[in-house]
Formats: sequence, C-alpha cells, structure tokens
Amino acid sequence: MSSHDENGIPFTTPRQSATFTADVNSDIRRAAATGIYDIRGGGAKRKVPNFDDLLFMGASISRYPLEGYREKCETSVTIGGLHASNPIELDIPITIAGMSFGALSGPAKEALGRGASAAGTSTTTGDGGMTPEERGHSTKLVYQYLPSRYGMNPDDIRKADAIEIVVGQGAKPGGGGMLLGQKISDRVAEMRNLPKGIDQRSACRHPDWTGPDDLEIKILELREITGWRVPIYVKVAGARPYYDVTLAVKAGADAVVLDGMQGGTAATQDVFIEHVGQPTLAIIRPAVQALQDLGMHRKVQLILSGGIRSGADVAKAMALGADAVAIGSAALIALGDNDPKWESEYNKIGSTAGAYDDWHEGKDPAGITTQDPELMKRFDPIEGGRRLRNYLKVMTLEAQTIARACGKNHMHNLEPEDLVALTMEAAAMAQVPLSGTNWWPGKSGSNF
Amino acid sequence: MQTFDLEAQGLRELNSTLHAQVKETNQTSWEVINPKGSHAIAVGLDAPIEVNIKGSTGYYCGGMNKQATINVLGSAGPGTAENMMSGKIVIDGDASQYAGATGHGGLLVIKGNASSRCGISMKGINIVVHGNIGHMSAFMAQSGNLVVCGDAGDALGDSCYEARLFVRGSVKSLGADCEEKEMRPEHLEILKELLAEADSDAKPEEFKRYGSARNLYNFDVDNAAAY
Ligand SMILES: Cc1cc2nc3c(=O)[nH]c(=O)nc-3n(C[C@H](O)[C@H](O)[C@H](O)COP(=O)(O)O)c2cc1C
Repeated sequence: MSSHDENGIPFTTPRQSATFTADVNSDIRRAAATGIYDIRGGGAKRKVPNFDDLLFMGASISRYPLEGYREKCETSVTIGGLHASNPIELDIPITIAGMSFGALSGPAKEALGRGASAAGTSTTTGDGGMTPEERGHSTKLVYQYLPSRYGMNPDDIRKADAIEIVVGQGAKPGGGGMLLGQKISDRVAEMRNLPKGIDQRSACRHPDWTGPDDLEIKILELREITGWRVPIYVKVAGARPYYDVTLAVKAGADAVVLDGMQGGTAATQDVFIEHVGQPTLAIIRPAVQALQDLGMHRKVQLILSGGIRSGADVAKAMALGADAVAIGSAALIALGDNDPKWESEYNKIGSTAGAYDDWHEGKDPAGITTQDPELMKRFDPIEGGRRLRNYLKVMTLEAQTIARACGKNHMHNLEPEDLVALTMEAAAMAQVPLSGTNWWPGKSGSNF
Repeated sequence: MQTFDLEAQGLRELNSTLHAQVKETNQTSWEVINPKGSHAIAVGLDAPIEVNIKGSTGYYCGGMNKQATINVLGSAGPGTAENMMSGKIVIDGDASQYAGATGHGGLLVIKGNASSRCGISMKGINIVVHGNIGHMSAFMAQSGNLVVCGDAGDALGDSCYEARLFVRGSVKSLGADCEEKEMRPEHLEILKELLAEADSDAKPEEFKRYGSARNLYNFDVDNAAAY
C-alpha cells in the first residue's frame, strides 16, 4: 500500500471503525442479501460478566480443609420433595438440560441418556416430545411441557419422572422456537403433526394459560393427571428472576430452572440471543433471595443453567445458592459437537470448529444436530454416552475438589462467603466482596 | 351408576377413582355432583367410561382425555378438553377460552358458544360449536376440524397449518395466511358426520370452509409484514 499520493501528500492510515466492525458489516451484508434476520443456535457470544470473574478463597487458619479422596464430600441432590411423592434423587448436582428431538438426532438423545444415567443424573426432553431412544436410556427423564405442545400426550406424561413447564429460555426470554424446513424429516413431522419441510414456529406463550394465577391451576391439572407422584419444575429465562421465581413458587412449583442469557438454544434470531435476557451470574442472587423471602430456599430447588462449563462453574453456582445446575451446550461439546477433527468440513459450510452454530440447517458435520441419515451415521451413541459420562464425572470431581478445599462435606454447604470477585461488575452481581476489599457495590451499609 | 359428590369427597379422590377404572371396568357410568366450578375435574382419564358432571366446571375439565365420554351439564371454564387424545366431551352450556387447545383427537362438542382461542394449536381433534366462537380461534391450528354453526370472531385461523375450519355464519375477519377454500365433496362428507355426531341439525351445504393459504410455510421476505 502506498503511503503518499502522486503529489507526495501522505494518506491517513486506514482506520477500521469500532462501531462498524467486520462482524457488523458482514451482518449488514447478509441482511441485505437475504431479507431475513440471522437465525442460529447456541447462546450469547458477547462477553458478559461470568463465573470466571469469581474466585474461591479456599481454607486458611480460620477455615480448615477436608482431605481430598479421604474425607467425603457429598454431591447428591433431591429435587421435588415438596409436593411430589416420588422426588428425583440425583447422585450429582449436574443435570442435562432440555434439548429437543428435531434439533438433535435420535442417537444424540440416546447418548445423552446413556451418559447421564451412567453418571447418576437426569436428562430432559424438549420441544418435539419424548423419543423411545431417550426414555429407554435415561433412568431419570424430565418431560418438558412447552407452549408448542408438540408430541404432548398423557401416556408420555405418565412415563416421565418429572415434568418441566417451560415458560422461557435464557437464550430467548419471551421468544418461541424455530425449526426450519430442512430439518423436518418424516419422523419429526409426524411427532409434531405438521407437514414435512415447512418452517415450524413454536409458540412463545402457552396456548391455555397466561399469568401466575392460571399457572397455579395448570400445575394442579398436571399433578392430578400424574397422581401427585412426580415433581413439577418451572423453567424461566433470566428475565426478572426475583419476581419470576416468587410467582413460580407461589404457583406451586417443586423446582425452578433458571436459565441465563449465555444459555444455548437450538435456533432463534441472533438479535434475540445477543440482546435479550440477563447474564447467568446476575440472576442467581435475586432468585435465591426470592426463595429465602418465601422461606423456600432448599425446599424448592433452584437449578441454574446458561454457560456452565466446568466443576468450578458448578461450585460457584452452588456457592451462590443454586441446588443444582443444568448443561446443554457443554454436553453437546462432550458428545463431539464443534470438534476440530471436522475442521475441513466446517470450512466448507463457511464456519470453523468452535464457532459453528447453524444447527438449524441440519448440516452438522459432527452428526449431532441433524436429521440427515448420512451425517447421523458419523455419531456413535455408545461412544458419545461414554464421553458424556466421563465429562460429568470430571466436573463433579472438580467441584468436589473446590468444596473440600473450602472445608465443605457437601456441595450444598458452599456459600457466598467462600467467594470473592475480580471485577466491580461481578462483585455487584454476585454480591460478594471485590477481591482485596470487604465491599461490593450496593452492599447495604456502604455509601456507594 | 356411581355417584360422586365432589364437594364432600374432594378432587384427588375423584380423579384417582376415575384413573383406577381400566378398560374392562364394569363401573362404566359415573355421575359427579356439586362440581361448583372446580378446576381439573376428570383429567387424564383413560378408560371407556361415561362421566356426567352435574353443573359447571372450572379450568381444564377433561384435560388430556383418552377414551372417556364426559358430559358437562353446565358451562365449562378455560381450557376444557385441552390436549384431548380420544373420546368425547360435550359441554351443554358455553365454554370459556382455549376450548380444545392442542387436542390430538376425539370430539369436543360445545352446545352453547365458545370464547376466544377455541381450538388453538389443535393437532387432530374435532370440535363442533353449536353457537359462536370468539377471536383468535384456531390460532396455529395444525390439523383436525373446527365446525362453527354460528359466527366466528376476529382473526380466525391466524397462522394455521392444515386444520379445516368450517363456519356457517359470518366471520368477522380472517387471521394471517387464512383464506376461504373450496368446499369439496369430501369436506361435505366430513361435515355431515361431525354434525350428526354432535347432534346438530345444521346442513353441511350451509357452511364455508377456511384454511391455510400456505404462504407463510417457508419464510419469504415479501411476506414480512404478515409475521
Ligand atoms: C440444541 C439445543 C436445543 C435446545 N432445546 C430446548 C428445548 O427444546 N426446550 C428448552 O426449554 N430448552 C432448550 N434448549 C435450552 C437448554 O435447555 C438450556 O436452557 C441451555 O442449553 C443451557 O445453557 P448452556 O447451553 O449454556 O448449557 C436447547 C439448547 C440447545 C443447545
């Protein structure tokens, strides 16, 4: 590039805009070319304050640790003991979040069931109903009750170990689902009572109830249908956690699933994923506060999801008051989603390993988020199940390592007092002291 | 005939007694007295029994019904027959919002009027309303037949899929992507059967048929205003 013009006058250095970045410009060009908003899977990719901004302090003179491998650190959790005669007993506090058959292939659902069962935890159905693959391989299966009610039927409800009424998802609070025509195979179409090959819009609101008073009656109906045996969860997006949790508990939920904005989805508008909802870190304390104000903390379980990746994340979520966590994206990665071994194939469809999120197109090189029989063959559900089990075990061991170092003989004994924050934002959201201080923004008694 | 006093014996007892009836039960005829608008009456039934409810019901009466025949000798609250799979539910009076929502099968008959969102997201159920229906009925209706002997309110069949909508009277307005369709002999045949089963003396020829124009089935920027 020349630095002067023909008269010797220097060019100014070309400067890229911080507002019109390469990403932004490619979005504009894509919109101009297609006339449709960008749809994709996954969760928010922007950076938001998260669990990496928190640290555990560990034991010291004033707190003594437990001996690794020798002194027990319990990880079990019971969900739904409040109203259900058969609550769910999990060996580990990490569950598999609801992911729809349709978004995922049958073998992928099977692998989730295999891995979760081997690790002593539950899986969850999704928008698209219950498949025999998943029911058959999940010792504990949570059946989602969604606005679309695709495949909803009383026989499957009676086969479920718990019911999860989905009000919202962290990736798209207030939004419905989207399954584009390419993925509507004969089997998916039949389970959803819809023609093959059309775009399916899942409703954003339940067809037969609105608001907390109706929800209470809906919960009553589901309990009557299932004889008050199984727990009823309510899943809400991280929108207004204090009020949503309060209303869910008042409506009679046994457990609340709370999903932050980093939470994955099978497909929705990118603008939704990136601009609606609150970060997972920001929603825990208001939710726990709501439970405490109602005298229901630890009686109604709080299951947190949205960007949980490691045992450290699990321990931090639990220290802030969650009873358990749920994972979606991380489970898919454990199965082999976005694996660099498929890099050349990702390149062919304009992506790269780690960034691939066009799951709705059904062309997943890893054969997980697809209904294409050829691509599905690449995925072995037995091997996938084994990998997921390993990953769940590692997360549990990591979380136990931290809990022991903090002197806790049960994961549930972790507490906010064990944590400090690295940033002001994280300190304010988690309501734990900024590292090196005894203060956080908004702490009562401080005059910030 | 077994008589069950809902007020005295309670909802849990009622539903668990009805759930205990299996296919071969000889207690095929039940009468429920004092329903007094209670919610979730006779939900999740799965046996070929007949339940007569003497009075009006609250939310979700007959929800997820399979096989059973349920007669409400009064009016029904919101979501009656929601997600019904099979069997028959007859409401003598009026039905509130979302009657027959997401139903997969069976027949719901409403002798009076039905409120808004009747047949919302229906997935195979047949619904016959002797009177009128409210706005947004058959919203996102996927399959099955909705027969209205009276008039339909605003936005009938908005974003509907393959459900067939038959209206004898006026339609205040059609929803997005819903249009009037040709009435073919097979449709008259469906109507004839449903009207007979629902005890209506309306004539099939008096109805018009509505359904999806199928323009919104796959996204097209030129239809963006309809979304
Ligand atoms: C492929 C995929 C499909 C999903 N399908 C559903 C669904 O059908 N119903 C639902 O409530 N949530 C669904 N979710 C959201 C998850 O239940 C969960 O909230 C989210 O994945 C948690 O965040 P994480 O992915 O960061 O772990 C889906 C997520 C993914 C990644």
